[in-house]
Amino acid sequence: MAGAASALFLLDIKGRVLVWRDYRGDVSSTEAERVFNKLIEREGDVEYPVVHDNGVTYMFIQHSNVYLMIATRQNCNAASLLLFLHRVVDVFKHYFEQLEEESLRDNFVVVYELLDEMMDFGYPQYTEAKILSEFIKTDAYRMEVTQRPPMAVTNAVSWRSEGIQYKKNEVFLDVVESVNILVNSNGQIIRSDVVGALKMRTYLSGMPECKLGLNDKVLLEAQGRTSKGKAIDLDDIKFHQCVRLARFENDRTISFIPPDGAFDLMSYRLSTQVKPLIWVEAQVETHSRSRIEFMVKARSQFKERSNATNVEIQLPVPSDATNPNIRTSMGSATYAPENDSLVWKIKSFPGGKEYMLRAEFQLPSVTAEDEAPERKAPIRVKFEIPYFTVSGIQVRYLKIIEKSGYQSLPWVRYITMAGEYELRLM
Amino acid sequence: MSGHDSKYFSTTKKGEIPELKEELNSQYKDKRKDAVKKVIAAMTVGKDVSSLFTDVVNCMQTENLELKKLVYLYLINYAKSQPDLAILAVNTFVKDSQDPNPLIRALAVRTMGCIRVDKITEYLCDPLQRCLKDDDPYVRKTAAICVAKLYDINAELVEDRGFLEALKDLISDNNPMVVANAVAALSEIQESGNRSIFELTSNTLTKLLTALNECTEWGQVFILDSLSKYKAADPREAENIVERVTPRLQHANCAVVLSAVKMILQQMELITSTDVVRNLCKKMAPPLVTLLSAEPEIQYVALRNINLIVQKRPTILAHEIKVFFCKYNDPIYVKMEKLEIMIKLASDRNVDQVLLEFKEYATEVDVDFVRKAVRAIGRCAIKLERAAERCISVLLELIKIKVNYVVQEAIIVIKDIFRRYPNTYESIIATLCESLDTLDEPEAKASMIWIIGEYAERIDNADELLESFLETFPEEPAQVQLQLLTATVKLFLKKPTEGPQQMIQVVLNNATVETDNPDLRDRAYIYWRLLSTDPEAAKDVVLAEKPVISDDSNQLEPSLLDELLANIATLSSVYHKPPEAFITRVKTTQRTEEDEYPDGGETAYSESPSQGADSGTSPPTASSGQHSARQTVAVPGAAAAPAPVPDLLDLMGDGNNALVSVDQPTTPSGPPLPIVLAASAGQGLQISAQLVRRDGQIYYSMFLENNSAIALDGFMIQFNKNTFGLAAGGPLTVPQLQPGASANTLLPMVTFQNIAPGPPNTLLQVAVKNNQQPVWYFSDKISLAVFLSEDGKMERSTFLETWKSLPDSNEVLKDFPGIVINSIEATLDTLAASNMFFIAKRKNANQDVLYLSAKLPRGIPLLIELTAVVGVPGLKCALKTPSPEMAPLFFESLENLLKS
Repeated sequence: MAGAASALFLLDIKGRVLVWRDYRGDVSSTEAERVFNKLIEREGDVEYPVVHDNGVTYMFIQHSNVYLMIATRQNCNAASLLLFLHRVVDVFKHYFEQLEEESLRDNFVVVYELLDEMMDFGYPQYTEAKILSEFIKTDAYRMEVTQRPPMAVTNAVSWRSEGIQYKKNEVFLDVVESVNILVNSNGQIIRSDVVGALKMRTYLSGMPECKLGLNDKVLLEAQGRTSKGKAIDLDDIKFHQCVRLARFENDRTISFIPPDGAFDLMSYRLSTQVKPLIWVEAQVETHSRSRIEFMVKARSQFKERSNATNVEIQLPVPSDATNPNIRTSMGSATYAPENDSLVWKIKSFPGGKEYMLRAEFQLPSVTAEDEAPERKAPIRVKFEIPYFTVSGIQVRYLKIIEKSGYQSLPWVRYITMAGEYELRLM
Repeated sequence: MSGHDSKYFSTTKKGEIPELKEELNSQYKDKRKDAVKKVIAAMTVGKDVSSLFTDVVNCMQTENLELKKLVYLYLINYAKSQPDLAILAVNTFVKDSQDPNPLIRALAVRTMGCIRVDKITEYLCDPLQRCLKDDDPYVRKTAAICVAKLYDINAELVEDRGFLEALKDLISDNNPMVVANAVAALSEIQESGNRSIFELTSNTLTKLLTALNECTEWGQVFILDSLSKYKAADPREAENIVERVTPRLQHANCAVVLSAVKMILQQMELITSTDVVRNLCKKMAPPLVTLLSAEPEIQYVALRNINLIVQKRPTILAHEIKVFFCKYNDPIYVKMEKLEIMIKLASDRNVDQVLLEFKEYATEVDVDFVRKAVRAIGRCAIKLERAAERCISVLLELIKIKVNYVVQEAIIVIKDIFRRYPNTYESIIATLCESLDTLDEPEAKASMIWIIGEYAERIDNADELLESFLETFPEEPAQVQLQLLTATVKLFLKKPTEGPQQMIQVVLNNATVETDNPDLRDRAYIYWRLLSTDPEAAKDVVLAEKPVISDDSNQLEPSLLDELLANIATLSSVYHKPPEAFITRVKTTQRTEEDEYPDGGETAYSESPSQGADSGTSPPTASSGQHSARQTVAVPGAAAAPAPVPDLLDLMGDGNNALVSVDQPTTPSGPPLPIVLAASAGQGLQISAQLVRRDGQIYYSMFLENNSAIALDGFMIQFNKNTFGLAAGGPLTVPQLQPGASANTLLPMVTFQNIAPGPPNTLLQVAVKNNQQPVWYFSDKISLAVFLSEDGKMERSTFLETWKSLPDSNEVLKDFPGIVINSIEATLDTLAASNMFFIAKRKNANQDVLYLSAKLPRGIPLLIELTAVVGVPGLKCALKTPSPEMAPLFFESLENLLKS
């Protein structure tokens, strides 16, 4: 199963190679450009992220106006290499703030250095941006000779350097839950799940040992504690590589030495069906060749003490609609013809309330004979509800132990927001 | 932290190279550094700056790490074009590999390994030896990969200098990154070489499982991928391994998760406890579902793999069908794959919801997706008998929307449903007939005509309907013509009245006299003769009961499926093709400059049309899925076939063979090939052909002679299903053959493409077509010898172990009374030329006993024992192999080899 990349290409939006690193000398950039150009030329055709041509397999992703592409002549691990490309994007973003054509050109020396360090002979090696920037520096910060690679590059703890110092030791922990929901045109909820993430920002000195306690049902039951509060059952948990997986498997303890700065400690999924937090019903009446009327009701279905903010309801409107006439009982609505939708924004939406919107658009009196059916976009909703989680997850404790013995208390915040929140129109 | 390097790209037009040369030799450090940056910038945009080689190398001796890296980068790119000058750099490399700074030591070995110049590699050995034992793990991990680099350039050197042993020692290194890279390097060497150098013992297993907990995410992937080949000794061990690997399912890196899934699935094969297996299935479901929240490209890879997993273990995701429902913003390639999995997971329990989804998708805008959704409804109907009626009613609702391509697609699938459930849903025919005029796609038309013909007795105006098509008969595509012919015959047999009688005359006339299409003509003549000699027999043939179809389309052959599952997460699993299809090694050491560094960006591209991206980029999934769905409906025999084109004639229909490089090797001369199609049988075209093996690739070596009076061109070839799934690996390239001319060609073959079920046999049915003549069919024999691979040589100890480990029931004996061995050496040479490798010899009285090994594709070993007395007729052969069903084939080719 050995399989490695032959080369990594960074191409511009027109498919020209900006920078490439040849790892094995068995593919050519001209050939890669040719294949890639064929791909982007064929508009409307299904584009696959994996393409085989004349003995070479190409895999690519896009980020702003740059394509990142790997070419290989072996049966390599596609998941690993595609993911690696995404990590390369992260590293470049860390270095140059933006990853785009300009920033690659402006930093091509560092780009070459990074490509040399992140991959060797086509095997992914090291992608921790923070640590990389300790020994590969851009001009402004460059010293004459770096004495040695940071220990972290080859350490078991490959994500954190030693000797970090902070005056004030702080940890911020955000519990962010995204609600994904799909309602079909009969008003039936056909998919609903919650994807949560524990986002951490750590500013801690030394090599702190952390232990996180959640109201995890499996753990609490194992400890024989039928706790007072609610315990929750998480479907699938994914951990940042700093978490000791074998330990978690053994006794459900989440223990780790965190990286420095921001990272996602864990993510989880909850597939139990939840009541949609914001329910939207739309009645659409089309009087063909004259006008179309919308009657939309939005209802918040959470407790009154919570409050949804920045609610945005996006309603699809036919592309040939004109002259909008809109009234709302709360918030403001604007017509966004650039994406054929009507956007209804409500700054603050308390629980247990219902608001209305009425809109009318003119339709052209003549239509094309053989009109292609229009893409049926769903209603999409965005919102945030602070101090609230759907799952009821709770951070029971976050213990931080460091040999210098400093004290540090975590700041924990909870927030729920809409993820892919789609209601198909009737 | 943003740079301003872009200034290096802007250059003065006149005298760029001399100017750079001057700057590179400047006495000021900064100026030299800037100059090197300009050189690299020029290299980046594809300008040829190789003429500055000496000047750049002169800047190599520097304390400045950044400058050093740039010079090294330059060397990697241009050393090949200046191999003699590259030697200038050696001293600095060797010096750098002993630098006090580990970064520089590592950089030196890393770069030296990338310079594929033989002269340099000799000097690499000593530094590499040192670096493999360096104190700093960063240097050791770089050196580990460097061994693989060196092996790629000069394998002998690696073996002679004992680097393999050093690399194996690194498996026990105390640093996890070093272990991971050593594993990656060893796995690669293992696969490229033909000896087993990296044996996974239970001892290494333990070490690797320990390193797994500590190394980087990428290292974990290397280790899991190499461990997935480990064969546990017993169920207990398998369970232990799985227990150590399951925590990886919780890793945030999707590649780690997929590789862990692969490893668990491999070990599960051995686990006998149903409880354990059930438990593992339960554990794997949530991580697999979570993969669908990853980036779309990763989702795509995950979905292609889930497709395989679902075929092998349907229970894992049986309750998760909802997660595969398409989201509005999913890229189309993700939607297509989700649809495929939804069909696989559809069951009586969830079919209502699934149908609602399909119906929703069928009203989207992307035509391919809509078609696939409609087809999915049909496949559900065929798969789930109890849901068939609901599927039909959804299809009827869709037809009512009157979107043209939806209607056509719906009619195609309804025809399949009629085939699956005869005499059940004919009541809807009237509704279908309403859409008759709007059909303009051949397949939809042909399907509708098939329906009319098949149910002619129930459709009052069947004759009128068919008649309306007859007017345009000559203009219709072949598919529709064939169907019209058959349907008219059916109509006539069912309603032998005056109208149909006249129609049949018109059709038969059109199909025999007016047409150029041999298939149509042949079929028309058969009907004509049948009808004129014995109408009752005609009824028996044309109106015969048809076998029931099932939805096994898109199901993979079990052996292929297992192979693909062993390759989860790799390209092989993404394309659902065996891994060999993706490995195209090219020797790259010291290639000429022209083919290595074509001037990027500035020169016009020279494209060879036959190798264009068109064939290769065609996605492997969507179209082939539809294709095979259709093929299942084809009825054996010409009568009443709704899919009128027999397999053999579907020449190069779908880009299924696109994965194979079409480079044509030159045809070497050799002994004359056996004649497979005599000139007398081929209207003057004579074909001699034989399967041959060259450099590890199977070819169909052909010699075509044109003895006819006309020039022949447009040759195409197709192979029928056969035991080994041999198929053409590219188009048949034969030039136009003038009368009296002949041509040789070597057609690369691929294996395991369309495998014929049943016990193995040597039959290879071939169809060759050209623009001037009818299609010629002939049969050839497959010699097992062409499948024996170059890496079939076994270590003596392995041979013994394998021999012992196989049960006696796997041993097959055969006597060849007619074969005489006159010289052991000559016999061994003959066998070695066919990749049967000599292992050992012993004397038993006056008999010589020879032991040989050989290897079939997919790593099936053949252990051979030959017993004979020199000079005396009579040879005994014992064959031991995990696949004893191959024995007759083996004996046949052995006999052929030794007889001659």
